[in-house]
Amino acid sequence: MTALLLDLPLALGLFGAGAATLLARSLFGAVLGFISTGLIATLVWVRLEAPDVALTEAVIGAAATSVIILYVASRIGNRATPPAPPPIAQRVLAGILSALLAVLLAHALFSLPEPAPSLAAPVLDNIAPTGLGNPVTAVLMAHRAIDTLLESAVLVFAVFAIWSMAPERRWGRAPGPAFMAEAHGPLAFLAKVLPPIGIVIGVYIAWVGADAPGGKFQGGAVLAAMWVLPWIAGLVAPPSISDMRLRLAIAAGPLVFLMVGLMGFAVAEGFLAYPPGYAKTLILLIETAMTLSVAAAMACMIAGPPERRARP
Amino acid sequence: MNGTAPFALAAAGLVGLGLYGMLAQSSVLRKVIAFNLLGIGVFLVFGIAARRGAAAGLPADPVPQAMVITGLVVAFAATALALVLTLRLHQTTGAVTLAEDPPTANSAAPSE
Repeated sequence: MTALLLDLPLALGLFGAGAATLLARSLFGAVLGFISTGLIATLVWVRLEAPDVALTEAVIGAAATSVIILYVASRIGNRATPPAPPPIAQRVLAGILSALLAVLLAHALFSLPEPAPSLAAPVLDNIAPTGLGNPVTAVLMAHRAIDTLLESAVLVFAVFAIWSMAPERRWGRAPGPAFMAEAHGPLAFLAKVLPPIGIVIGVYIAWVGADAPGGKFQGGAVLAAMWVLPWIAGLVAPPSISDMRLRLAIAAGPLVFLMVGLMGFAVAEGFLAYPPGYAKTLILLIETAMTLSVAAAMACMIAGPPERRARP
Repeated sequence: MNGTAPFALAAAGLVGLGLYGMLAQSSVLRKVIAFNLLGIGVFLVFGIAARRGAAAGLPADPVPQAMVITGLVVAFAATALALVLTLRLHQTTGAVTLAEDPPTANSAAPSE
């Protein structure tokens, strides 16, 4: 009963914030609605006993996504008049289709068999050889390592795609617009004070992922934020996109992952199989490289393609 | 339902809201926001399935959780790319929509 007192307002708030996002008249209203939805979703993930996902949702889903949406909205929001909505017939059809989908989905969720199918037991039965204590990390790095490998490659290709949006003459410059240096503002202060703390937190979150909630994506995203903050404050110039060190940092995760995976053919049972006794070591090696890559790739995705100096 | 019923309704509702927003709004940026609402809903559906699959002493099935973590990162990458495309569309044509005959196409000057 006490649980319901907490869960009902959370669920109502989640749906309400989502509805407010759609109903908002102004673009900024919609962005604020989305930020609220993401934050409430983070709390819902905690209530669903999924702290690893809650961390990811907080850092990537709510924070990083909101930052890039807010940034683009602030650049095009005021200058453009909102476009005319689609014809009423299209909106009514969309409404019927969406309502139907929502009802079907809710019905499917309510008619799950009891007890629901679960892979929790097989994961725990096979966790010992990995040397990991966090079952979610074990799934990410061992049982379904192929998914994680492909995902790490997606990040590299996303950075390629974003950089390729740069106008020809901007190629080879630093990612993102150039920001004016502010020597004394609150932003400059935060950009000096936060990174030493944030870097420790980011590395810690990535490191404890083996045994506790956390991991390379969450930790890497915190590190990316700590890297981007001094760029925005104009204190540090980001590296050029043709800098080989930056490119290597972005590609290190998938490269190390792929090499360890291919090594599996020679020393273990096949692709992405770890040799007995060395699983934990190899997983930590991959996670270290991937933390670096997630941080570099996310920083470049937040900054965007190289651009001319932004107007103040 | 071990306490997931309110969240199941909210997640299904968010999926509906997100889909409606993607279909019934003409601003590309608001479509991207709606895409992310849809994403939050779909990921929560996984989360509810994970929580329902609590077994073997674990409070939730780790496999759907791992899929959601993967999905969140990919959704972020897709959103970042969509936003850069939106910004470039605006910079090169002045438009904020892909709809036919945008009312602002003639009045806004290209800035790039």
